[in-house]
Amino acid sequence: MKHTLAILVENKPGVLTRVAGLFSRRGFNIESLAVGVTENKDISRITILVSGDDNILEQVEKQLNKLIDVIRVSDIPADESVNRELALIKVGVDTTTRAEVMQIVDIFRAKIVDVGIKSLVIEVTGDESKINAMEQLLRQFGIKEMVRTGKIAMNRGAKLVQSEKR
Amino acid sequence: MTKQKMSGARAVIESLHCENVEVIFGYPGGQVLPLYDELYDADVRHILVRHEQAAAHAADGYARATGKAGVCLATSGPGATNLVTGIATAYMDSVPMIAITGQVPRPLIGYDAFQEANITGITLPITKHNYLVQDAKDIPRIFKEAFYIAQTGRPGPVLIDIPKDTQIEVIDFEYPQEVKLRGYKPTYAGNEQQIKKAASLIVKAEKPIFYVGGGIIFSKAAEELRTLAETILAPVTTTLMGMSAFPTAHPLSVGMLGMHGTRYANYAVQESDLIIAVGVRFDDRVTGKISAFAPNAKIIHIDIDPAEISKNVRVDIPIVGDAKNVLKSLTKYIKIEQAKTDGWIKKIEAWKKEYPLTYKKDKLLRPQYVVEQISEICPDAIIVTEVGQNQMWAAQFFNYKTPGTFISSGGLGTMGYGFPAAIGAKVGKPESTVIDISGDGSFQMNSQELATVVQEDIPVIVAILNNGFLGMVRQWQELFFDRRYSSTCVENSVDFVKLAQAYGALGLRATRKSEVKDVIEEAVASKRPTVIDFVVEREENVSPMVPAGAAINEILDLE
Repeated sequence: MKHTLAILVENKPGVLTRVAGLFSRRGFNIESLAVGVTENKDISRITILVSGDDNILEQVEKQLNKLIDVIRVSDIPADESVNRELALIKVGVDTTTRAEVMQIVDIFRAKIVDVGIKSLVIEVTGDESKINAMEQLLRQFGIKEMVRTGKIAMNRGAKLVQSEKR
Repeated sequence: MTKQKMSGARAVIESLHCENVEVIFGYPGGQVLPLYDELYDADVRHILVRHEQAAAHAADGYARATGKAGVCLATSGPGATNLVTGIATAYMDSVPMIAITGQVPRPLIGYDAFQEANITGITLPITKHNYLVQDAKDIPRIFKEAFYIAQTGRPGPVLIDIPKDTQIEVIDFEYPQEVKLRGYKPTYAGNEQQIKKAASLIVKAEKPIFYVGGGIIFSKAAEELRTLAETILAPVTTTLMGMSAFPTAHPLSVGMLGMHGTRYANYAVQESDLIIAVGVRFDDRVTGKISAFAPNAKIIHIDIDPAEISKNVRVDIPIVGDAKNVLKSLTKYIKIEQAKTDGWIKKIEAWKKEYPLTYKKDKLLRPQYVVEQISEICPDAIIVTEVGQNQMWAAQFFNYKTPGTFISSGGLGTMGYGFPAAIGAKVGKPESTVIDISGDGSFQMNSQELATVVQEDIPVIVAILNNGFLGMVRQWQELFFDRRYSSTCVENSVDFVKLAQAYGALGLRATRKSEVKDVIEEAVASKRPTVIDFVVEREENVSPMVPAGAAINEILDLE
């Protein structure tokens, strides 16, 4: 089972080390990670994709809550949330393949953000499966380089992840 | 409070004053010179140890004896890393401690400067929290938070790393009245609904047992435990950390459980229908084979740390809260006209008669006899232990009466802990007799502290159960490695009497049973730091024993 955890933390040096260190120390596996500031500049939000059964998840949440700099941990349910990743993909092209690649970019509502003689840089956002699908299709043209962000997620509707703990 | 201008170093001392710190244990060095300069005429007692590890253990022993946070101080780099074992020991046993370290000046951090170590990084997994002072004006706030974090909720060590230049910088000092930590709000009162559910299980139980640990001692809940146990007439077993939480001689006491627990405690746990676990964490030394642990029991688990609930063993009724509060309100909900536990108590009585905790009582000087004699001659002593056989015998054969009179490194199992921890305990409780029940191996890990006790006139008694072996490891080698005593024979390493005398302490020796009483009495009467060398039977084993990984009712009796 994969879970997406939204962790609100104090925006201070070393906090990411505390969170990441806890995962490795307790034998929990981080599948993806994204960090950034929130609407409140004193608070950062770490989104971590973690896999494991309910017991493991319960332990992860409790151990995270023990960290003094962790303000709130919440499990974002996949079916009631918006999930996004972003990828930059550099694809090798020539005169014969450029048009076809651009067509795929169009279909995926992705963007070409850099054009070179022998390559294109494509920016794509979406959930994990969309980015995986795009990667699959582009592979035949030769992916020279790819970089993906960790996943970020937000509850749909009025539900919030707020800083008041529990 | 009005703001005062002062250096960062002075602000540290003022912060310690504001927290009513009376004593710190430390060792100077380059990056704490400004702090030591302030200590020169401060009215905080500073006890100079001879190795920083001892400073951390002494602060730990002080904290366990008094319930107040212990404070230790060391310089950067090697000074700080020498504290690490002591900090980890305190972390595993939830001991409130403040460790202060010097750090190289801010502009040098990260450049591998002389005596630089990233001590906040190193201690990340072994502190409840830690700080690197980035700005001298943060010192008062950081100290306020550190003491609050160390002493509330589940207690633990907090480290504050202070770069030398921030010790010199001048700030406006104002000690905050309160802390603002939105990520830290410990729960003290138990959930009322959960407590009611627990009460209804307790009333119905026919074979209940209390399984209690260090949480009872830290929360000062021994009285509440006793009241509840006597109300429902249930036996009480304690962990090593819980020794002294319930009087050893109480008819409901079944002593320690687990690997070197009593047969009757382990049998009772395995046969119980309800375990009331308070301030414990279901450690592997307690549960043995976890899938075979207490197969018929429902479990109520009371603990202040939510992360301990259902970590190792699934529990039926978790109650997060302070042991004292929860036991008090639990007692209110329990109405028992006639306890249903008569048959259960009788069964346990029978086990107690059939499988008493004992040893061979012949003419030879056996270590258990020494512990029994200490118990008889110094019934009110604070017992501190090292780690290994000495620790188990101290747990098994001393008659504990008062909570907090057994101090031992339970979780980390740190050899060399006992002597410096005894120093801390004696400084915190100068009116008590403090005895370190030691082994010849463990004592040699921090014997340099004899210089400290003599210089500071701290009359602790070190009772070495000297068998010339690293006894516990030797015991495992005897049982599981075909008696191949690899590197465990430490016979004749040193003459402990002469060693004590060399430092100016009193050195005594007993080689026969008949001499034991006299040397203990002489040590107590001398009011001097004393080392007693008890030359005991060499291959005595700690018995009974549950082999690692076995169920706790699969017990071996060892000769």
